[in-house]
Amino acid sequence: MQTHRQLGWLVAGAVLVAGNGAAAQTEIQWWHAMTGANNDVIVRLATEFNESQKDYKVVPTYKGNYPDTLNAGIAAFRAGNAPHIMQVFEVGTATMMAATGAVKPVHVMMKEAGETFDPNAYLPTITGYYSTTKGEMLSFPFNSSSTVMWYNKDSFKKAGLDPNSPPKTWPEVFEAAKKLKAAGHSNCGFGNAWVTWVNLEQFSAWHNVPLGTKANGMDGFDTELKFNTPLHVKHLQNLVELQKDKTYDYSGRTNTGEGRFTSGECAIFLTSSGFFGNVKANAKFEWGNAAMPYYPDVAGAPQNSIIGGASLWVMGGKNPAEYKGVAKFFTFLSNTDRQVELHKKSGYLPITKAAYEKTKASGYYKEFPYLETPLLELTNKEPTENSRGLRFGNMVQLRDVWAEEIEAALAGQKPAKQALDDAVSRGNAMLRQFERQVAR
Amino acid sequence: MDKRAIFGGVALPYLLLAPQLLVTLVFFYWPASQAVWQSFLLQDAFGLRTQFVWLENYRDLFAQRDYYRAMGTTAIFAVSVTTLSLSIALLLAVQADKHIKGAGIYKTLLIWPYAVAPAIAGVLWLFMFQPSLGLVARGLRSNGIDWNPLLNGNHAMLLVIMASTWKQISYNFLFFLAGLQAIPRSVIEAAAIDGARPIRRFWTIVFPLLSPTAFFLLVVNIVYVFFDTFGIIDAMTGGGPSKATETLVYKVFFDGRLGGDLGSSAAQSVILMVIVVGLTAFQFRYIERKVTY
Repeated sequence: MQTHRQLGWLVAGAVLVAGNGAAAQTEIQWWHAMTGANNDVIVRLATEFNESQKDYKVVPTYKGNYPDTLNAGIAAFRAGNAPHIMQVFEVGTATMMAATGAVKPVHVMMKEAGETFDPNAYLPTITGYYSTTKGEMLSFPFNSSSTVMWYNKDSFKKAGLDPNSPPKTWPEVFEAAKKLKAAGHSNCGFGNAWVTWVNLEQFSAWHNVPLGTKANGMDGFDTELKFNTPLHVKHLQNLVELQKDKTYDYSGRTNTGEGRFTSGECAIFLTSSGFFGNVKANAKFEWGNAAMPYYPDVAGAPQNSIIGGASLWVMGGKNPAEYKGVAKFFTFLSNTDRQVELHKKSGYLPITKAAYEKTKASGYYKEFPYLETPLLELTNKEPTENSRGLRFGNMVQLRDVWAEEIEAALAGQKPAKQALDDAVSRGNAMLRQFERQVAR
Repeated sequence: MDKRAIFGGVALPYLLLAPQLLVTLVFFYWPASQAVWQSFLLQDAFGLRTQFVWLENYRDLFAQRDYYRAMGTTAIFAVSVTTLSLSIALLLAVQADKHIKGAGIYKTLLIWPYAVAPAIAGVLWLFMFQPSLGLVARGLRSNGIDWNPLLNGNHAMLLVIMASTWKQISYNFLFFLAGLQAIPRSVIEAAAIDGARPIRRFWTIVFPLLSPTAFFLLVVNIVYVFFDTFGIIDAMTGGGPSKATETLVYKVFFDGRLGGDLGSSAAQSVILMVIVVGLTAFQFRYIERKVTY
């Protein structure tokens, strides 16, 4: 009996080995950080690609959250077996870009692999974040989103506000929040996730003011932070005032506070447009979203928003056949119909102009306007130096340092001006450290 | 009294020691020496560019105000967690050692939390104390206490201290209970017959006889708070708000893993190692004298 079973396993193993040998496919390792429904999207994309041709096999592997995935990739590279494709969040862009030799720029790979590749086919506000100043694409945008303002329509009605015309400017938001607080949202009139992304990064782009010099670091690592202007101080000061009676309530550095919107605790909540799936599934009230608010006294505001999310980086040191497979996979991803479908199902933004136009032409946004809000923000105006994106070294830690200072201001430990001055000077010190690390 | 046993020959004792020495060499001395080497380097995250910078990483650290702040935070955190977890565990062990109904169940339940991973422990506590989701937090808020660990550093500190303490109580409890059970009943009964009250019996007989266990636990707990608590801190507060819960070991993790600055992170871990070695040596030198074996 025992021997029979062993024999059975042996045969099964031999069949598997033979099966693998016969196909002789080139494997493409794809490390990613997506869970739940987004993980299903990745698996489905890989399966569809693998079924569409016989030469290459994309193997997706979940490697933990964004920092975990980045660290796993870095460790694998140091050990000499990096994956072919690595999903890296937008704030890891400078780190990846500085790793000359460890990564293969997408535009170079596409050219070498002989794939037809037109950089102009992509939405500039999305690819711009991941391109050189000359427009050469470094990494391939995958899941992109932008900041939007989600609001609870039921609460708006209860507070005597018009649920179909949400506040457009910050002063209007503050007024609405006071009414909402009086109408029952006593712990949180409005709030936001990703405190620095919303209140510093997007805020600066939306008002066409620099977050840092050198086009927010896109033109070089010798950039300096600039977000301690009177406008930034005024905004933080407003939040500090409203925090005192919880008209505004701080909800943490990442998106863990998002549940406060879906549970109905916060009536207005600024966070990623990627929050869509969660709102749709969990909010037991009528909801909507709108563009980010702005200060009307700032000339030229609103400008355009920038993206968040992640892109796919191709790692260096692989052979041409493998790169050919990666290039084919990227072409597969860029397909218009596939982009349209991805956009509708996942809520991620489409990356090609054609996909956006096609979705618009189909009348889809008339039915689901909240999917178009981030796209309207991104394409609101031609991007300027201040709104193309940002590229700072050590960005993960920079965000934490900025958040620490904002927390100190909100807790009343230091004045808003002091907090932003400190955030800028501490941030600059970290930028210099990064510059030293990556300098040859 | 001579505590040592004398073995004859040379080869056998070394042979018997070899496996342990090998494990120590491979899993402690080798990585530790790597950390020391790394602490002299300036390197990008991918290891593409390396520069030998002597003590620059150390100099940078000691020029940072944040670093001293993290030391202070660590001191408060370490003293609180060690004191609380040892004293609560001792109290529980003494109570569970009494002849009561269902003692076995109490003991089992008290040991359980030790099986929970630090990050999970953090999340469990977060569920209770998260301002908008947590049951306890809601209770506090409805009683007029503005519980807000997201912005209030003291609240955040209290939270990580509670979770870290809770996590370690089981371990301490287990050892204290074993220590208590090893104390001969006859000694305690003799004292009782002589008219000593329970409290006096505890301080004059039980506690001195427990001192080797207590000493061992003190050392282990110090190591625990210095190294093993970062999972809890990471899951609960991420070192925030505004660095209020950033301990030395969390900073090592933060700078090395999230910041990709391996040189500084290595320098910090070397300093941390020196601190803990120093503390342990101090304990063996001065506190062990008071221990009765």
